[in-house]
Amino acid sequence: MLEFIGLLLLFMVIAAIVAIETRDLLAAVISVTAVGFGVIIAFFYMRAPDVAIVPIVVEVLILVILIRATLRVGLRTFIGNRDFFGMMVTMAMLAVIFLAGIRVFNDFPRFGVPVMARIVDAPSRFYIANGLKETGAANIVTAVLLDYRAYDTLGEATVLFTAIMGAIAVIRKKARKKTTEPEVSEWEE
Amino acid sequence: MLYALCFLLFMVGLYGVLVKRNLIKIIISLIIMESAVNVFIVMVGYRKDGIAPILNKTMQHQELVQRAVDPVPQALVLTAIVIGLGVTAMTIAIAMRLYERFGTYDIQEIKRLKG
Repeated sequence: MLEFIGLLLLFMVIAAIVAIETRDLLAAVISVTAVGFGVIIAFFYMRAPDVAIVPIVVEVLILVILIRATLRVGLRTFIGNRDFFGMMVTMAMLAVIFLAGIRVFNDFPRFGVPVMARIVDAPSRFYIANGLKETGAANIVTAVLLDYRAYDTLGEATVLFTAIMGAIAVIRKKARKKTTEPEVSEWEE
Repeated sequence: MLYALCFLLFMVGLYGVLVKRNLIKIIISLIIMESAVNVFIVMVGYRKDGIAPILNKTMQHQELVQRAVDPVPQALVLTAIVIGLGVTAMTIAIAMRLYERFGTYDIQEIKRLKG
């Protein structure tokens, strides 16, 4: 069980390195989707079926959008990274962050002990104990998402709507005609 | 150990964001970082030999209270995944617009053309 999740994470790390280092953009896009589906399998094994169903749709959508951005006529591939001095500073900073992060993970509880088990009055315990009685939902995740933290979900929908509107506004070719301009539209000619 | 692997995945994404020149590669690195963070948050709530926080008819309520994994990280990750989709769509739209304007995805060349 533990070994399986470890192997899955190792596979995801390798796929991520391939996605970043390969020269073919299409191969990179497909590799990043492999990372995404590894995430989905990990969710299933960590007893999170609700979370595992949503990213299937999300991964496929991201794959389609990225392929649309990648398929260009005459797209030049270029090798090499950014300039040398910046690279050195970046690598030093990455090493420092990595070492500091590893020290933090040493203080974490063992994998398999949830955070709520260590806190006496964690809200998760309350939700699990009273979720069915108070909301009538047998699925506690749904109870949290749509009842206890429903404003969070409303905000999520707002953010998604705003982001998609922004994407449409950026991508649109023609601007809307101003009403103050003299009226010469196509169907009047 | 598993937390460290997850952190390694995040660091791979961070390396890509900081080092790569291609805009598509940078967006791919952002997606990788997001996946790593989502897996990590679900991992924090995992209980060994736990069950999904869903009650069915054959189960006593007390068993759910004792064995269920943490539902709050799962709900938050569900929100984060959907918002990640919106953010990714926005970044790709901006990248495509930059390609139409400058004819390249190379950020150094874009910087040079703009002056």
